[in-house]
Amino acid sequence: MATGNLALGQEQGQLSAHPRVTNDFSINVATVNGSGSQSANSVLLKSIFGMGVPVSGKNLFPSNIAGLPTWYIIRASKDGYVARKRESEVLVALNPDTAREDALAMPVGGVAIYEEKLDLKQYRDDLVFYPVPFDKITAAVCPEAKLRKLVKNMVYVGVAAQILRIDLGLVESGLRKQFAKKQKVFELNFGAVKAGFDYAEATFTKQDPYFIERMDETKGKIIIDGNAACGMGAVFAGVTVVAWYPITPSTSVVEATTDLLKKFRVTPEGKATFAVVQAEDELAAIGMVLGAGWAGARSMTATSGPGISLMAEFTGLGYYAELPGVIFDVQRTGPATGMPTRTQQSDLLSVAFLSHGDTKHPVLLPGSVAECFEFGCVAFDLAERLQTPVFVLSDLDLGMNNWMSDPFVYPEKPEDRGKVLTKEDLDRLGGFARYRDVDGDAIGWRTLPGTDHPKAAYFTRGSGHNDAAGYTEKPDEYQEVMERLTRKFESARKLVPGPIAVKDGTSKIGFIAYGTTDFALRESMDQIKKEYGTDVDYMRVRAYPFAHEIHDFVASHERVYVVEQNRDGQLASLLKLDLAGDQVVKLRSILHYSGLPVDARTLTEEFATKEGL
Amino acid sequence: MATANATPKVNHIGLPILEYRGGKSTLCAGCGHNAISERIVDAMYEMGVQPERVMKMSGIGCSSKSPAYFLNRAHAFNSVHGRMPSVTTGAVLANRTMTALGVSGDGDSASIGIGQFVHLMRRNLPMIYIIEDNGVYGLTKGQFSATADLGSKLKTGVINELPGIDTCALAIQLGATFVGRSFSGDKKQLLSMLKAAIAHRGTVMLDVISPCVTFNDHEGSTKSYKFLQENDEPINEIGFVASFDDIEVDYDSGQVYDVEMHDGSNLRLRKLLEDYDPTDKANAVRTLMEAQEKEEILTGVFYIDTQKETFIDQLNMVDEPLATLPQSLTRPPKSALDSLMANLQ
Repeated sequence: MATGNLALGQEQGQLSAHPRVTNDFSINVATVNGSGSQSANSVLLKSIFGMGVPVSGKNLFPSNIAGLPTWYIIRASKDGYVARKRESEVLVALNPDTAREDALAMPVGGVAIYEEKLDLKQYRDDLVFYPVPFDKITAAVCPEAKLRKLVKNMVYVGVAAQILRIDLGLVESGLRKQFAKKQKVFELNFGAVKAGFDYAEATFTKQDPYFIERMDETKGKIIIDGNAACGMGAVFAGVTVVAWYPITPSTSVVEATTDLLKKFRVTPEGKATFAVVQAEDELAAIGMVLGAGWAGARSMTATSGPGISLMAEFTGLGYYAELPGVIFDVQRTGPATGMPTRTQQSDLLSVAFLSHGDTKHPVLLPGSVAECFEFGCVAFDLAERLQTPVFVLSDLDLGMNNWMSDPFVYPEKPEDRGKVLTKEDLDRLGGFARYRDVDGDAIGWRTLPGTDHPKAAYFTRGSGHNDAAGYTEKPDEYQEVMERLTRKFESARKLVPGPIAVKDGTSKIGFIAYGTTDFALRESMDQIKKEYGTDVDYMRVRAYPFAHEIHDFVASHERVYVVEQNRDGQLASLLKLDLAGDQVVKLRSILHYSGLPVDARTLTEEFATKEGL
Repeated sequence: MATANATPKVNHIGLPILEYRGGKSTLCAGCGHNAISERIVDAMYEMGVQPERVMKMSGIGCSSKSPAYFLNRAHAFNSVHGRMPSVTTGAVLANRTMTALGVSGDGDSASIGIGQFVHLMRRNLPMIYIIEDNGVYGLTKGQFSATADLGSKLKTGVINELPGIDTCALAIQLGATFVGRSFSGDKKQLLSMLKAAIAHRGTVMLDVISPCVTFNDHEGSTKSYKFLQENDEPINEIGFVASFDDIEVDYDSGQVYDVEMHDGSNLRLRKLLEDYDPTDKANAVRTLMEAQEKEEILTGVFYIDTQKETFIDQLNMVDEPLATLPQSLTRPPKSALDSLMANLQ
């Protein structure tokens, strides 16, 4: 392969073969799990963000504590694209086990910053090579041998900053913030950054076309992961009882929730206005959530696929006995144990119909960290208003990766605690029937245990019951309750977050998607327009049951591609159950389910093939 | 015969016993569970518990139906098979001011629910946990449960080849702070035990042997009325004096063991088994294990600890129910969100 043109040795965009590429490339940092690269990656990401360049970070990590390969991909995109890109133009190679495959995966003309001993030149010669003696540099700035493994990561931050022209001052302030109360740790780490930077400056002449340049696109924005955003939503919703069992990738939802509860929800007397219980398993977690919801608390759990399966029986009880509770499901790759640290959107069907018998549940589908916060909050209002378990369906990509966002909006609407009768109400009414539809919205009134009135009590059960909560096996009484539950689901349809018509123009073709598929789809739509001149409309679904606008969207298009990250087209299936017969035939699927977050190019190619473009 | 204008007898909060009753039992006539329901009514009445302050919790099975047969004025939750402990935990966390009374069975607790049973005991959650223990599954027509004794015989002649789980020994080992066993046919013992249970703060675990008249009351059963009447060996005689009874307790250190309960009541355990100390955990477990080997059925209060921290204490929660805290206490102010946002920029 010809390489001469790539190594021009001149700076400032004089590369004729490769014109200057500014703020539009990905950096792939290939390390070993457990080597402590997270702080380094984070500071690199935030420095680019600090330069006003839209950026996203994805951690592709193994289900392992230490020793297996892990990749952190930072994408800078002047156009604001935040989905995964198939190829990374810049590689930081530190893992001997994957160095060869990492190098071979790069596009021609890419940049390889690597541990010199790995000798990447042996695999190909059409990259720009920046070999760095990481160990030597690290040893010089870090006398304490056992810290070197961690500090080494900062050296690549320095090298990358120098080569890509990232502002060293921002790296410094980022590190200062990260190690706010640990001056010595800061000094050690920044020393390593500086050593890497100086080494690159003294050793290399820039031979590649990749530059980070200041923009003004991130001002006022925040960076946060979806799990932290969900936790924040729950805390601002006023959650009081949290019961959970650790499971990847949902664990940090509860960790974030707990941290914030400790910070904001302790009285001046030092007492907690909350309870967090690490349960013995997911069965117990959901049992506690429903018990707490029954007794009047705002309760939640967070889990992922296997936990969802274990919660099935209880969720059916929640549906039938009409108990509020919020369940965050951060989806991972199934089935079975699957790939716990990889992403997918494959729990939708099981969550929507979780449990035996005729059951269905409201499912909120956040498509950004801002919606993780918003829906994380609103889910509690819905659960209490509808007196039923409500799911918030996120995924690993959204939950565990860093995303840019506008700052979250404080919930100004007061908490909606739903229909609860007090002692005074009972004095006035003389009694009540727990499951009777007195308001025409199919939602009954409930009382909380402890209500000081002899007529307050009722019997909650998962067995057949009539509208007065009495045990029944009478066909008409049983059916009356089941029919009301169907009507209640229709009430839910009007209360859950409606869809967003991202693009509703005059196209005959439409896209429907939800959650993290949105990021890649928006980019793909631009590619489709640019490369094929085709406009496609797009509606992003934000909850189940589906609002009527979704039916209208399908009705107003000739064909609709449902784009999602699972093998079986679960969203399409769910839509088909909801749509009229003549509409169902309009749906077709574009699917991606490898465990990696979907990328725009895959969608564009798939669309072009299906459309015969 | 009562005259029309006679005032009904009331307890110390002014309620007649009628206000503690439940619906008509749909269990078999003679079922031990019905006797237990009656004792619960008596105990709640005698202790003057406001019925609205009680949450009746259960799982699935004959036993778990019984909350419908007492305390109609209390909220009830008949949950999922083997999962009453988690539902109760959630409910108590939501409202710590309530008295939680859970009724379970031997299948519900020792088989399908053993996982939740074990973890509930560890937490010492304030609640009363009653196992109505008959050694068989009634609703599915008479299969052995995990508390059936080794060698006991089903109606069909099938012999139980596996050792029974001693839920009392297990509860003591795991951390419950009031553990006893009784017999549904022993009115006096069961009533005293239940009254003391109401006065206790922490997990009370009572295994009440409760014969199944339909599937496990025959010759060869170790949980029949006849077998219990012949083999029930109380380790102590239980006397209970409630705090409001205003009776001076005469402490006698020789043959009795006096326990001052959380609410100021007095529990007096007159020793029947020589030198039995109900605060000695290891001895309690050993005594139960030895009894199992000797095929004896011990009853009485095996273990009590009135000092141990409860789960609620550990969580350091506010005194008010979490369920009804006002928004001013549950939603942090806008300034809190603003500071979080500023920190993420």
